[in-house]
Amino acid sequence: MLRVLVSRLAQMLMVMAAVTAVAFVIFRYVGDPVLIMSREDATPAEKAELRQTLGLDQPVVVQFGKFVGRVATGDLGNSFRNQRPVSGLIAERLPATLELVLVATLLALSLGIPLGVYCALKPDGWLTRGIQTASLIGISTPTFVTGIVLILIFSVWLKWLPSFGRGDVVRLGWWSTGFLTTSGLRSLVLPSVTLALFQVTLIMRLVRAEMLDVLSSDYIRYARARGLPSGYIHRKLALRNALMPVITVTGLQIGALIAFAIVTETVFQWPGMGLLFIQAVSFVDLPVMAAYLLFVGFIFVTINMAVDVIYALVDPRLRTRAA
Amino acid sequence: MTILRTTVLAGLAASATLAMTLTGAEAKTLRWSSQGDIATMDPYAHTESFTSNMHHHIYDSLVRRNKDLQIEPALALSWTVEAPDRWRFKLRQGVKFHNGNAFTADDVVASVTRLLDPAARARGNLSNVVKAEKIDDFTVDFFLRGPYPLLLNDLSGIFIMDKEWLEANNATKPGNTTTGVTTFASTNANGTGPFVLESYQPDNRTIMTANPNWWDKPAHNLTRIEFRPIKSDATRVAALLSGEIDMMAPAPLQDLARIGGADGFKVVEEPSLRLIFLGLNHRAELQADPGKPNPMRDKRVRQALWHAIDLDTIHRRVMRAKSRTVGTMVAPPIPGYSAALDAPLPFNVDTAKKLLAEAGYPNGFKTKLNCSNDRYIADEQTCVAIAAMWTRAGVTVDLKTESRATYFPLVDKGESDAYILGWATLPPMDGYSVASALLHSKGGAFGGNNPNGLADPRLDDLTKKAAVELDEPKRLAFLTEALKITRDEAYFIPLHQQPVAWAMKKAIDVPVFADEYVRLWFAKVN
Repeated sequence: MLRVLVSRLAQMLMVMAAVTAVAFVIFRYVGDPVLIMSREDATPAEKAELRQTLGLDQPVVVQFGKFVGRVATGDLGNSFRNQRPVSGLIAERLPATLELVLVATLLALSLGIPLGVYCALKPDGWLTRGIQTASLIGISTPTFVTGIVLILIFSVWLKWLPSFGRGDVVRLGWWSTGFLTTSGLRSLVLPSVTLALFQVTLIMRLVRAEMLDVLSSDYIRYARARGLPSGYIHRKLALRNALMPVITVTGLQIGALIAFAIVTETVFQWPGMGLLFIQAVSFVDLPVMAAYLLFVGFIFVTINMAVDVIYALVDPRLRTRAA
Repeated sequence: MTILRTTVLAGLAASATLAMTLTGAEAKTLRWSSQGDIATMDPYAHTESFTSNMHHHIYDSLVRRNKDLQIEPALALSWTVEAPDRWRFKLRQGVKFHNGNAFTADDVVASVTRLLDPAARARGNLSNVVKAEKIDDFTVDFFLRGPYPLLLNDLSGIFIMDKEWLEANNATKPGNTTTGVTTFASTNANGTGPFVLESYQPDNRTIMTANPNWWDKPAHNLTRIEFRPIKSDATRVAALLSGEIDMMAPAPLQDLARIGGADGFKVVEEPSLRLIFLGLNHRAELQADPGKPNPMRDKRVRQALWHAIDLDTIHRRVMRAKSRTVGTMVAPPIPGYSAALDAPLPFNVDTAKKLLAEAGYPNGFKTKLNCSNDRYIADEQTCVAIAAMWTRAGVTVDLKTESRATYFPLVDKGESDAYILGWATLPPMDGYSVASALLHSKGGAFGGNNPNGLADPRLDDLTKKAAVELDEPKRLAFLTEALKITRDEAYFIPLHQQPVAWAMKKAIDVPVFADEYVRLWFAKVN
């Protein structure tokens, strides 16, 4: 078991090193922060001086060395734009993104599982066909279209829900939460529905496929033959087994939601990490962009490792093979 | 030499007691949105125009722009030029900072010293000043590097901070990127301005309340300002239409008709100071066709390219008739502007072809055309149209459009033959900005935005003369002459003046300014 853990950790470090290199290299090519930061009529001398202050005049190798050195000590640098430490900026935005992702995931599970089960149990019902068709729309509509349409209906026409922002938040230590105020909860509705829509469809289709698979297996047939009540069979015997892959996928999807909430956050001006990143891009704020990529890489690597380790715990065969 | 430039406006010295009569009325809150946010509260730690704009509500400068964008006294009451390199300012008495501290000459000296600190990002905004010296409590001398006619223009953007407050909060040094210094002043503010900062949450909201002790008589009737940045155009429009905000600045051009048609909303438009033009390659070879002499060095070719552009069609189709077609490099309100120069070369494909043939290119030539797609209004569409028009005149165009993040570095390195550029002469609002940054050949303090080898000794000479000429009519004549040469030689191809459009509820009255600054001390909520 220890060997698995050590080898996974080594792999994780290698991946993170690669992400660091990519984060650095990519951002050499997204633009020149000096031009964005200078006044329109800045003199060449002023620009050269700013370039020097930012350390952008040094050879790329030296810049990369310094970057790695800083990252290794946990220092993500300072934002070019507002000169604050990047780690602080991320910590400030993390609660907003995490709360949004949490609500979206709960929404996706609580809708996706029952719908999937229903579709599996009544494969030919008209309601099933309707759900299946609707789910195609859910999968194929881009997030920004969904978001704008929801805003149009619920904010502009009906005026029921706010179209942007996070409402009032309550501070609990360094964490800011929107769960404790009415305006905070109301603000959560549209963005979390937008973000959850794709997930609902995904989970629903997954549950349906798994359920159909399980329902046609031998032990379900035996259970039916024994005359067990169908509710018991569906809930206790079929669904439980069908949910195993759903849990794995949901876990991985949480990582994806954190990373790709960018569009939803932009549409709803949700003050999370995605918005931070988008603003950094338009300002060529290299430290923030690099830190964001590193952070997202870290989330994915960690979740993957956790999944691997859990598998190894569950399935003894993997322990030897993985090592 | 002593030139008296005192222009005290009578009404401005109004007493603070008049201001008090307005308070006590019902609360008037203005909630508004823009796409960007305030980068920092420290006025000397950035050079971003939107951030300066927001600071102007909290901080005052020695002189400021009035409703007609003319410079008028603010914290300074009057000024005299004691010597070409020494200006004396008499300060307004009885002014209080938001924390109650009195405003004196010490605050001006401390502010200038803090701004000129090598670590201050905004140091370039006052690059011609060496230091400020206190003469008495309400008199300050500014020492300059030499004769400099635009000191007041520069000072209109320099906000005065409170010396005691800076010292008490350990913020006498400005913020600095490399060392990661952020001071108390990065997130807090204490000015003398019309509004007091109540809270500042980046990317979320900034709240200001009216300053009951402002030295000036408020022309606004607001009690509170709530600013909420919204990056997405569609969401910002939705927030306005759903009543969550009262005003947006700017409003996206494609939504103006919809907002104007909605019940209870209005769109206010004004020509902006920003002019859009094409820059050209003046070096030995074209990027598109290396190894051969550059056709664009021939005046006839440059004029042909100008004649080939159907500006009227761009105005009607691309800019939806919201722009103003121009023939010169600065907008009418800018010193140095001349109406006589403001006519484009007429659109005529035959003339263009004839000029090309005369210059020795009867079959045209090959050129690059580079454009941003997210910097100016409809910049990409404008360039697509121009590429098609040039093709009709026989020129082979290699068009490339990209995001401003990569576009401007490309232009700055001189890697284009023809490129779109907008210029608003901000912050000084003076024709000298065009002359020094665009027309003068590159080198030293000049030609910061002249990457493509434009070098005309006449333009260099006129720019250098205008830089030190304190006699205003003479200075303007130099600038106009430089703009005339530029037009006669077709060094640039001016296209149009951008519109600035804001949208708001009908009950709100906010004047729109050509420099795109939001000045809510002129705002009224009815």
